[in-house]
Amino acid sequence: MSALTQLGDSRELLANLTLREVRGKYKRTALGQVWSLINPLAMMLIYTAVFGQVLRVTIPPGNPSGLHLFALWLVCALLPWNFMSNAMTGGMSSLVGNANLIKKVYFPRQVLVAATVLSWDVTFLTEMGVLTAVLLAFGGMPLPWLPLVVVFMAFLTLFALGLGLALSVANVYFRDTQHLVGIVMQIWFYATPIVYPISYVHKEAVKLHDKGWNIPVEFMYRLNPMERFVEVFRSLMYDNRWPALGDALYCIGAGIVSVVIGYWLFARFEGRMAEEL
Amino acid sequence: MSDSVIVVDGVSKRFRLYHQRNQSIKAALMRGGRAKYEEFWALKDVSFEVPEGSMFGLMGVNGSGKSTMLNCIAKILRPDKGTIATRGKFSALLELGSGFHPELSGRENIYLNGSILGLSKRELEARFDEIVDFAGVEQFIDQPVKNYSSGMYVRLGFSVAINVDPDVLLVDEVLAVGDAAFQEKCMEKFAEFRRAGKTVVVVSHAMGTMRTLCDRVAWLDAGRLVEVGRPDELIDRYIDEGHVQRGDADGGSRWGSGEGALTSVAFVDAAGAPTTKLRTGDEATIRLTYETRQRIDKPVFGLAIETLEGVYVWASNTRDADYVPDCIEGSGTVEFHIPRLMLLPGTFDISASIVDFSTVHVYDFRRHCYRFDVDHGTPRESGGLVSLGGAWRNLTSGSATADRAVQSLESGS
Repeated sequence: MSALTQLGDSRELLANLTLREVRGKYKRTALGQVWSLINPLAMMLIYTAVFGQVLRVTIPPGNPSGLHLFALWLVCALLPWNFMSNAMTGGMSSLVGNANLIKKVYFPRQVLVAATVLSWDVTFLTEMGVLTAVLLAFGGMPLPWLPLVVVFMAFLTLFALGLGLALSVANVYFRDTQHLVGIVMQIWFYATPIVYPISYVHKEAVKLHDKGWNIPVEFMYRLNPMERFVEVFRSLMYDNRWPALGDALYCIGAGIVSVVIGYWLFARFEGRMAEEL
Repeated sequence: MSDSVIVVDGVSKRFRLYHQRNQSIKAALMRGGRAKYEEFWALKDVSFEVPEGSMFGLMGVNGSGKSTMLNCIAKILRPDKGTIATRGKFSALLELGSGFHPELSGRENIYLNGSILGLSKRELEARFDEIVDFAGVEQFIDQPVKNYSSGMYVRLGFSVAINVDPDVLLVDEVLAVGDAAFQEKCMEKFAEFRRAGKTVVVVSHAMGTMRTLCDRVAWLDAGRLVEVGRPDELIDRYIDEGHVQRGDADGGSRWGSGEGALTSVAFVDAAGAPTTKLRTGDEATIRLTYETRQRIDKPVFGLAIETLEGVYVWASNTRDADYVPDCIEGSGTVEFHIPRLMLLPGTFDISASIVDFSTVHVYDFRRHCYRFDVDHGTPRESGGLVSLGGAWRNLTSGSATADRAVQSLESGS
């Protein structure tokens, strides 16, 4: 793929644009990069209060880690979700946001999307680092699993990059895309077992089956690649065990397929980009 | 061709002019699919080659497609037909400082913009001082660029772009930035570029700059290539053609009640043929040809000369010259004879008129109806608009030897 080699040739540009994103994100804020930790912390507190305390979502204890804390269980899935959501929507708006650059200078345009995704990777890495420390403090042992965590972070990055590439060109031609995606992300969030365990879906499926509805609810539910990613990250970080092989392969496949299709769409539609912006 | 850095082959570029643009899915659905648009071909089957080491100009009136062409060469726009083959590293000065992030410092932006333009970190470090020095922003290099003045902003943008050290530089009308000193620095940089055997492609309206800078120019008109050739020939033709367009078609340039009309205004040579090329010191004649629809009593003919910049150089009319006939009827001519043309080299426009004796009522006024060039002749004077035909004399000096030298100077001349 020439697009990939092109991306390789512009490594330095990619690095510089990523730095620009990272530095620009919290410029002129008193707390600076600390904001990237406050946001997930706030979300964690809100979801823990609502789903852990008020709605009393019951979660299985970590096996074999022995952890049993809703907030930690939640964050192990929330951080990958936040990354995917931010990286994808950020990548989507990166072309429109840099219209002045695209219209005046030639450089491989996919770098803009990739830089935005990578800038969120920086945030993701920091968050995961802090989470590791917290898990250790509460008696978990995620350290041996960290190399695998990084591998799956890479595939999640590919997954978000592919979606970002496809949506970024769509957004150039139809500005509605970004608003539509806002709604889709809300649905997607609740369609992924982040604030509740997948056993709840199983219960619902059994109920439906007893009523005579023969819908493969669980099968459909598990088609969602984010469901698999969330399971994998939870296995590694919260439970401290090997993820299910099927889930792991599904994640790898989803990352590769997403990036291939994303690139293909991007390459197809980038030609008239400068005049459409 | 191995010595061409850019080969443009049969390039066409189409733009879509949307009547109501579908930038929303709703609008797309409501209108049943495609938005209505008209096609507009900004470039039609253009082919030319840019030889290595040349200064190549693209000229044409507004909307002739020259900027579109430059954008296609810079790969910002993709042609719909044809190919553009390029060789070497390109840098485009289309809009300066467009890649700057306002919140980041000048230093950070140099690295950022440099890498967008294709420089590696090591190359940037090596040229960093030169870039800052050229832009003249040493003091402010660690300030966010949003605090820069617009001049500093543009200078820094130019400085980064020119220090990319490209093989081919694409320039779009950006020479009009900065103060005189900075412009001079830019010109020097271009000269340096050419000495190093690099290629520059420039789009400009400034015909004077094009004439002195370029080795070759391509003339585009309404998206088609008219011709590629030497700048002096093409620019003359371009200006000539420009004046045809500016003539009668251009409503503001001719007015009057029409009882009498000037059918032609021209410099004529000894044989009576019209000419637009004259030399300083030439004997010259301006001939006015008129036609009247009815008898005109005591008409006054007038002539004026202006430079292209609009400086009013000279005027004369038959009333002030006391050369007014009782009447004219039908058609005829009148001439203004110039024994020695005292204009120095340049391009000038003639305006001509017929008015009544009070000079209040205008029968016909033709503004800028004839353009002519004056070339070097005798007397050869250093510069300005007019020749005074004078001579240097009466040099005095304190020493006797110098006095003798002065005498020999005067007897020699």
